[in-house]
Amino acid sequence: MRTALVGRPLDVAALVAEVGASANGALSLFVGTVRNVNDGRPVDGIEYNAYAPMAEREMAAIAQEAGARFGTTDVVIEHRTGFLALGEASVAIAVGHPHRANAIDGAHWIIEELKRRVPIWKLEHYTNGTREWVQHAATGESASPRADQEAPHA
Amino acid sequence: MTLDVLLFASYADAAGAASVRVSVADGACVADLVQAVRAAAPGVPLPRRPLVAVNHRYAAPDAALSATDEVALIPPVAGG
Repeated sequence: MRTALVGRPLDVAALVAEVGASANGALSLFVGTVRNVNDGRPVDGIEYNAYAPMAEREMAAIAQEAGARFGTTDVVIEHRTGFLALGEASVAIAVGHPHRANAIDGAHWIIEELKRRVPIWKLEHYTNGTREWVQHAATGESASPRADQEAPHA
Repeated sequence: MTLDVLLFASYADAAGAASVRVSVADGACVADLVQAVRAAAPGVPLPRRPLVAVNHRYAAPDAALSATDEVALIPPVAGG
């Protein structure tokens, strides 16, 4: 199990190899990439900014939780920071498991949790020269009254 | 006690700084700190109940603070 914030291009083949234990009959890989348009506006690239120590802590917690939930220790998550051009990979998640359902569901669960909890922000650069922080309406507010609140609840 | 509250992304841009210094009473909680930030940096577009992290963990509004805590206001996250 390994998680990292990285400042260089992601090597997705290396991630797949890392979770490829011989007992695993299934390896699931999710890769998030920089898209050329958002909300109808043409995008040049995206700058990823993180609250690094907390982002690393949350990513490690998500990997641990995913391992317990889906029954595997073969989990790797890497998220990039800095400026990424169109098509570059911003996040890569690899999960290995003896069976496909857990590998696929595990990778899906991890990306949803990552988007909900990990303190990373995107500054979109548009082709017209403007820049804007991406705002998701459902986050940024704490809606849970629980004292042991571990994450934003949308 | 005095705390330097870390700001990121849209909050940091609005404040023109990566942190804002606030004073709160000893024994103050997260909600008290949010109120102090609203007063000290009125230009920061905080929602009604902003997310706050204390020592790298999300903290509830009634969580108590101490002078050595690392406190951060967390704008809407957008990773992935």
